[in-house]
Amino acid sequence: MATIEAAVPDQGRGASTYAGGVWSWITTVDHKRIGILYFVSGLVFFLVGGVEAMLMRLQLAAPGNTLLDPATYNQLFTMHGLTMILLAVMPIGAGFFNYLVPLQIGARDVAFPRLNALSYWLFLFGALLLNSSFLFGGAPQAGWFAYANLTSSQYSPGHGMDFYILGLALAGTGSIVAALNFIVTILNLRAPGLSLMRVPLFTWMTLVVSFQIILAFPPFTIAIVFLLFDRMFGTLFFEPLGGGDPILWQHLFWIFGHPEVYIVVLPAFGIISEVIPTFSRKPLFGYPVVVYSGVLIGFLGFGVWAHHMFSVGLGPLANSVFAGLTMLIAIPTGVKIFHWIATMWGGAIRFRTAMLFAVGLIVMFTIGGLTGVMHASPPADLQQTDTYFVVAHLHYVLFGGTMLGLFSGMYYWFPKVTGRFLDERLGKAHFWLTFIGINLTFFPMHFAGLHGMPRRTYTYPAGLGFEGYNLTSTVGAGITLLAVLVFLYNLVRSLRSGERAGASPWGGATLEWSTSSPPPVHNFDWTPQVRSRDPLWHDGVELPAAEEEIHMPNPSYWPVVVAAGALTLAAGALIGLPVVLLGVAVMVGGIYGWAFEPIHG
Amino acid sequence: MERTNTGVPNEKMLMWAFIGSECMLFASLIATYLTYRGRSLVGPYPEDLLNIPFITVTTFVLLMSSLTMVLALSAVQRGDARGSRVFLLLTAVLGIIFVGGQAIEFSHFAGEGLGLSRNLFSSTFFLTTGFHGAHVTVGVIWLLSLWVLTMRGRLGPESSVKVEVAGLYWHFVDVVWIVLFTVIYLMSGS
Amino acid sequence: MTSEKALGIESGGVVAAHAHEEPHASNRTYVVIALVLGVLTALEVMVFYVEALAPVLVPILILLSGTKFALVVAFYMHLKFDGNVLRGLFLGPLFIAVAIIVALIALYGYLL
Repeated sequence: MATIEAAVPDQGRGASTYAGGVWSWITTVDHKRIGILYFVSGLVFFLVGGVEAMLMRLQLAAPGNTLLDPATYNQLFTMHGLTMILLAVMPIGAGFFNYLVPLQIGARDVAFPRLNALSYWLFLFGALLLNSSFLFGGAPQAGWFAYANLTSSQYSPGHGMDFYILGLALAGTGSIVAALNFIVTILNLRAPGLSLMRVPLFTWMTLVVSFQIILAFPPFTIAIVFLLFDRMFGTLFFEPLGGGDPILWQHLFWIFGHPEVYIVVLPAFGIISEVIPTFSRKPLFGYPVVVYSGVLIGFLGFGVWAHHMFSVGLGPLANSVFAGLTMLIAIPTGVKIFHWIATMWGGAIRFRTAMLFAVGLIVMFTIGGLTGVMHASPPADLQQTDTYFVVAHLHYVLFGGTMLGLFSGMYYWFPKVTGRFLDERLGKAHFWLTFIGINLTFFPMHFAGLHGMPRRTYTYPAGLGFEGYNLTSTVGAGITLLAVLVFLYNLVRSLRSGERAGASPWGGATLEWSTSSPPPVHNFDWTPQVRSRDPLWHDGVELPAAEEEIHMPNPSYWPVVVAAGALTLAAGALIGLPVVLLGVAVMVGGIYGWAFEPIHG
Repeated sequence: MERTNTGVPNEKMLMWAFIGSECMLFASLIATYLTYRGRSLVGPYPEDLLNIPFITVTTFVLLMSSLTMVLALSAVQRGDARGSRVFLLLTAVLGIIFVGGQAIEFSHFAGEGLGLSRNLFSSTFFLTTGFHGAHVTVGVIWLLSLWVLTMRGRLGPESSVKVEVAGLYWHFVDVVWIVLFTVIYLMSGS
Repeated sequence: MTSEKALGIESGGVVAAHAHEEPHASNRTYVVIALVLGVLTALEVMVFYVEALAPVLVPILILLSGTKFALVVAFYMHLKFDGNVLRGLFLGPLFIAVAIIVALIALYGYLL
């Protein structure tokens, strides 16, 4: 194996000249800046969702507590789910996609930089619209999956559900646009020699997730359009009195909702598939199998939605088919877990914070995966549906799986993004507090659930044996909150005075480590020529002799104009027809301005 | 043309990926239409209203617009300015006739007592065909914009990918109608 | 890394432009396809009015409209002439879309 220093070409010497000021961030089309915007927005919503969770845990700390009234509690669990899944975890994942994919494939930007900016603004405006419901008469109260006909105008009066529909329509459109962009980027913009079977695992998982997004979000879009028409124009899609079937909502929602689970978790799998090889100083064990199992998870994810609906009574045949397909998914998932372990086996492991989080993911996700296989069996699921057992399962997967993976990625790539390390001592404190905190919070929920404690209920009476479990969970949530505060302190402190990092602080194998930290605007001075799967480890990068002419796209304000038009259109649905027409006019004007704007200066 | 790994231009690949996404959009609409078929509690029912001869004519118009669309692309690629102008405009006009036919159909249905919220047939019919009609309308605006470019002589063979991408969208909207025509109109009696 | 070629994954090299410039069908072919589409549509409508065919109406219609669908996609959208990447980008999602329609109508008891 060649030494790392010898393998790293001297890239990124060109001056990093970003314009300053707020306007430069609003009009940016640079994938790295858009990545940072996604990351910061996602982190803010992570804190909002965390506060919502903390309030619920305080309410549940003691039986018969009166800190929150039932209506507020309903709003909090609805918004907690929506915020964490769609406004925190997905955007933080999108931040990683944006920042890293072009760097990992040796490109100067994504295929459509202005569309990329549009995706971000659509997400942000949708997220703000959804959260503004707190100010205008109350947030939605029907749960993140918003089962019909709880959501009809009769049972959800007020505008909460309308904000749900309109906010998620905007944010969802943003996700589809972003995913289309990444599909084209990954298939078309790879550096010479970087065949698909040499692409880093994180980029592979981005590709799989992008396909899932473009296929899973349209059914959800249709479902919320039906709901919008039911609420505003009296159609009968989910109205039993008119012959409509509320169960159809559940189908359409979970056709989106189950792939969404993998949309959320696969980026984390991609991240630790980068972190574990680097900190074990061994190439990923069985690379093609890990790739294929990721693709298989993505594909099978579309065939299992009705396992969320076993208690509906679809019949033994349907239940058996969906149970079988669901259990099948455990195989590629297990394959991945064994390949990560095999990568570490015999490696020169360095337990830096990023690696601790990665190993934490393996442990925690395995627990969440095991309870997942339990739910896959309809008779077991009937006992567990709507109890805290399910809450325990999904948090082991989403926090223990996804969030730990995202934290791992933050420690791993922070030096690349900022040129400074995150503090290791604080990082380890962050890890151990998180690890203890989430286990204290979520492990007792298994028992509370098996003893029959229902989810989405604002309180419980004393004497049923739930007190100890709930108090433990609340204490655990407090410790988790403390861990997040340590992390925020670490972020702020390391940004200002963290230890300086060079181009390749960990000795990673992939192309992003071949350019300076932070990378220049144009990423690479020369397009790298790749000759192996771990280009910086195995004599894999060659530099062309001739210098290249570099054209970077101009900043543009049209993406934010089009997104503002879409926001106006959505808000107009609540205000009145003139506002809708204004929104359409702004959007159409923005699209024409966009189409005739010269891209390169 | 920019270098790409696959040899396919970025814009064209973007459109195909988008079409893949649109498959799921229309699949959700069609699945809903089919699951709610024959479940309306009150009339008017599909067999009372659907006018097969009328819709066959507009279906034929939309099919022929796909022919004029490929001829437009072929003209642009050959640098035939007159052909480009004629066929782009013709395609847009055929699209307008189709949407006009849909407007006539919708208002006829409304006149017969089939308001949007009348029954499950009206809910599913208006949203499914409405989504499709909205796609055709967007396509018409797109084609007219391209037509304006040809009138100003700004759409030569070097930018034929713009027409190719618009054409892919247009043909996809056409194949969706091939399915909807069969599912909604011709299978209405069974 | 000889296994990469054996896996049949496309090379990462830049494909020369001519790979994309394969000849599309001629205008004459396009007109013939349009005639076929017109005839198939006429057939579909005829089948609809023949009462004797009512029991097999649905399979016949699926066959006829499926053929129309395939003709437009293959010739007018050039998928017959384009590479595997675009074919995969369309056929993969189409497969999932059709599977979901079939699954939903089966769940609602229209198939079994």
